[in-house]
Amino acid sequence: MTAVISVPPSLDEQTFEHVIEQLALVPEGEKILVDARHARWASPFGLTALLCVAQSRVERMSFAVPDNADTASYWSRAGFFRHAAELYDLHGTVPRQREAHESDVLLEITPVVKTDDVHGVVGRIQQKATDILHGQLGLDTAITGAFGMTLSESAGNIVEHAGQGGWVAVQAYRYTKRLGRRVVVIAVCDAGVGFRQSLESSPSHRRGDRWDDGMALEDAVLRAMSRFRHGDKGRGQGLAGIRRFVGRWNGKLTVRSGTARIAITPEWDEDVPMTESMPFFPGAQIQITIPERIGEPKAAAKSATGARPRSRERQP
Amino acid sequence: MSLLIDVGTVLRGTVCDLYSNLVTRPTGAAVRTAIERQVVEIGTPVVTTIDFSQVNVLDFSCADEIVAKLLLRYADADGPTGYLLFRGIADSHLDPIEIVLERHALALVAYHDGFAELFGVVTDDERSHWETVRDHDGPVQPEAVARLLNIEHATAEHHLEQLRHRRLLMRHVDGFAVPGTMPGIA
Repeated sequence: MTAVISVPPSLDEQTFEHVIEQLALVPEGEKILVDARHARWASPFGLTALLCVAQSRVERMSFAVPDNADTASYWSRAGFFRHAAELYDLHGTVPRQREAHESDVLLEITPVVKTDDVHGVVGRIQQKATDILHGQLGLDTAITGAFGMTLSESAGNIVEHAGQGGWVAVQAYRYTKRLGRRVVVIAVCDAGVGFRQSLESSPSHRRGDRWDDGMALEDAVLRAMSRFRHGDKGRGQGLAGIRRFVGRWNGKLTVRSGTARIAITPEWDEDVPMTESMPFFPGAQIQITIPERIGEPKAAAKSATGARPRSRERQP
Repeated sequence: MSLLIDVGTVLRGTVCDLYSNLVTRPTGAAVRTAIERQVVEIGTPVVTTIDFSQVNVLDFSCADEIVAKLLLRYADADGPTGYLLFRGIADSHLDPIEIVLERHALALVAYHDGFAELFGVVTDDERSHWETVRDHDGPVQPEAVARLLNIEHATAEHHLEQLRHRRLLMRHVDGFAVPGTMPGIA
């Protein structure tokens, strides 16, 4: 018997939970068909997470491609089918692979396995990031470097902690549901060991009365813990830095791992800070959302250590 | 003797000649190791300046591996003698650098358009003393700093020595100076 996992018509971080809920009910070893025939839209998170679905089980799954030609064409341009063909048995009409010409695709779905891949993704988005972040989203030019840094740290997280490869994608689109304005989204997903197991591998890890995926996420995201922190005080700053970046640019950060999900939310979003007892999904799935700036004061460049602004640093 | 190290050149010569971004921890560790080797080969110069002007993106991991770990080596009793300075630090580099300085309770002296800046974890007293020395025309003695800040001589001497111990100031027979402003004094 083949279990059918239905992909929602609109696939994003929230609706992907429906995919996980269905997947959790299927016993290991059973054949699975991921049915995306009725899908019409997918966020970068949705597409990268679908690739992780295939990596979450030993058995090779089947995948029914979207019926809608525009949807299938877009998924193709985003690089989805190129990677999906290696992970799934594809059924349906797969559009011929073309380059992503759309100006709002900053980075098509890109595998991240090793350090060189992180250099690759950061290098590839540099010019386009300035055009979209500053030109289209009206953000201060200062965001470009910080955006590259955030992309590097989030993708580097896969190399250092996942124990297997993952996926990264970056795209700008109009976020009508909550904001009614454009956003740029970084999605970084893997189906590796996840935060709990990663932190458990640290020699300094002490399992307390309560130790679960939620605690592991709090340790990693809020307390900058890392499995490498033992003997190296400098480790664990990546996620703390990402949190700082989203705070500065009025953005949102969510991290799902295992059975828990943590959200750092701005005032424009009503997400809950921590969700626990969710259906298990391996690895870590990170989404960073930065909104377009409309008629607000520019985000002030704050100094963490009290250094004065450069313009006033002059010797007489 | 002084040594200027262009981090961009080290990155391209050590890791990959196509890279211009200092990202990922292994890259940072490789670049730091190459810098340390250059410093040893040249015989530990009085002032070593690390130039970031050819670097586009600097992430937290590289800031920690390069900036923090080099400063920690210099702060170590068994570490190199002399002073470590920075230049070419763009505004986009400041965030990761400040975070790693905060994490390790470190501070550094950086030059921007020829002017010295102090970044990192310093007390208000340390900052006011350091800025007094920087803004003085040439080396300055503790008594002059005490007079300028309207404090006791012993207090000024204490803070200036503390800054020298942290290698944020140099001491010369003519007084204290910011490293890099007075060639040839240690």
